[in-house]
Amino acid sequence: MNAVTGGAGGFLSRFEGLRDRLPGASLERVRALREAGAATLRAKGLPGRRVEEWRYTDLAPVAQAHFTEALTAVGESPALPAARAPNRIVFVDGRLAEHLSQLPPHAAPLAARLEAAQELLAEDGGLPLVGLNAMMFEDGLFLDLPEGADAGTVEVLNLAAHGERPIAFHPRHVIRLAPGAKLTIVETSTGPAGAAYLHNPVYDIRVAEGASFTHVRVQREGRAAFQLSTIRARVAAGGTYDNFTLNAGGRLVRNEIHVVLEGPKAAAHMNGAQLVADGQHADTTTFLDHAAPDCPSRQTVKTVLAGKSRGVFQGKILVRQAAQRTDGYQMNQALLLSEEAEIDAKPQLEIYADDVKCSHGATVGALDPEQLFYLRARGIPAEEARAILVQAFLTEAVEGVTDPIAQAALEEAVSGWWEREAA
Amino acid sequence: MLRIEGLTAEIEGKQILKGIDLEVPKGEIHAIMGPNGSGKSTLSYVLSGREGYDITGGSVTWNGQDLLAMEPEERAAAGLFLAFQYPVELPGVGNANFLRTALNAQRRARGEKEVDAMAFLKLAREKLKQLQMSDEMLKRNVNVGFSGGEKKRNEVLQMALMNPSMAILDETDSGLDIDALRIVSEGVNALRGPDFSALVITHYQRLLNYIVPDRVHVLMGGRIVRSGGKELAEELEAQGYGQASAA
Repeated sequence: MNAVTGGAGGFLSRFEGLRDRLPGASLERVRALREAGAATLRAKGLPGRRVEEWRYTDLAPVAQAHFTEALTAVGESPALPAARAPNRIVFVDGRLAEHLSQLPPHAAPLAARLEAAQELLAEDGGLPLVGLNAMMFEDGLFLDLPEGADAGTVEVLNLAAHGERPIAFHPRHVIRLAPGAKLTIVETSTGPAGAAYLHNPVYDIRVAEGASFTHVRVQREGRAAFQLSTIRARVAAGGTYDNFTLNAGGRLVRNEIHVVLEGPKAAAHMNGAQLVADGQHADTTTFLDHAAPDCPSRQTVKTVLAGKSRGVFQGKILVRQAAQRTDGYQMNQALLLSEEAEIDAKPQLEIYADDVKCSHGATVGALDPEQLFYLRARGIPAEEARAILVQAFLTEAVEGVTDPIAQAALEEAVSGWWEREAA
Repeated sequence: MLRIEGLTAEIEGKQILKGIDLEVPKGEIHAIMGPNGSGKSTLSYVLSGREGYDITGGSVTWNGQDLLAMEPEERAAAGLFLAFQYPVELPGVGNANFLRTALNAQRRARGEKEVDAMAFLKLAREKLKQLQMSDEMLKRNVNVGFSGGEKKRNEVLQMALMNPSMAILDETDSGLDIDALRIVSEGVNALRGPDFSALVITHYQRLLNYIVPDRVHVLMGGRIVRSGGKELAEELEAQGYGQASAA
């Protein structure tokens, strides 16, 4: 591995060959973003464990893989599951497949709308994976909801279609809600079981005054896959960004979310569940920036681990001096089902305002022997009793999600997980 | 018939049961009374198969079977029911689903046909009505947010559904007001018959006004120190355990 580029050398040299052919090559801002991304990646490499934010997640398997770009044939039609919502947007290897999609109003492939969207592309902020995405992105979702529009529930399906060789795709999703707009996205990512692909999406999200965005992500990537996702959302006064992420698939997965509450009474929910089975690594890392007064934030993340697996939860809440009367709540709970499973949980509160209400808690444990005995004393065999308690933990983890389409997608991913993975 | 002979048990090296001899013939209800710390709950847990207790001596046979060799779920399927002193909360587990799963697990273990959702609901509603409980109880998570009285009633509801041949009621009267006590007792009395026996563990005589026992045993210091008819309970109430054990 090149010490300077820390496993990023392959990506950087591919960028050298591709830079004039990537979408937006004629747009100055896009070009500048790509060059800046390349500079960040060149300077920092893929994040290593010496970086505090990456202490518990080792990207060595990503650095050691040799990814190429996807050679998705135009018009290719992989098998699709039945649609859950009237509007479904299908991505194949990171490219929006219009012929497979029913695009809702105000939605378009990013590659086709880069000129309009470029001002909304955020800088990489020194984050190497965002830099990598900026450098290499080819497409993504551009959804720009006008004032007061209600887009209902939109389904997004991210498919990795190819399994023969390791491919990497870096979709860039740009989602903007104008004042009072409403949107629910239920997004599922999935791919072939044995394919070692890298899905490295970046989301630039803006929620304007009084707008409300419910973003449910169901990560069911193939079990040899890597998903490293970064969401950056800015929420204006009275707006809400409500994220629920289920990490259930993949070999090595990082779900990183940055939310800034910029105006009074802006709200953020960053809930999630992680189902981590033998051989998997799942990381949920969130940064919540309370930058304005009177903002509530809620976060509950539940992780259940089986076999030899590792889970990570890092949740930082920053309450700036201006953010008086902040009402923050953070809870993370882990259920360890095997001796070989490991969870690293790092909650972090940094508070500079004096009038705030912030509570946080964490629990880590095995199944409760009292509960197990109660079930067995009622005639339920030990294995079945364990399955019931694991399912109960998972049911509780996803019960905060109220959108019925999202519920169905989560239910499908969660039900029977223990029987499949651990029994 | 339940036969306990010379039963000794300890928890974390501390001996709690110091040689229990007790027989509960089929069709009879026996009460075990005793002060706190006498070993009443330990006896109920040992009989139902809870982990953490070391049986150091003696035997328990039930209908000719070695009860102590059976898993808790096997005991339940064979018709043994423990009403918990502190019923456990199960967040995320719906009561109806729990009850049906338990009932069917027992039926399956006995080689009987499982009860479908419709038949179960009908059965459950009938029992709920007998126990003056609301159907709402089925929709809630098991014991979550239940009052003390509701939890005890939920235990009795489970007992009514499982229809055991032997019930152990571990201080089921604690935390109950008079109305709830009466309802719970009616639930037990409804099961009374030639094929049902029960061990009613209690601190107070009050419950035994409603569930009239055939025999009363006094448990103190890990041993049965006295046995008698139902009038023994009244004597204990009047004189206290100190006097009664000395008598």
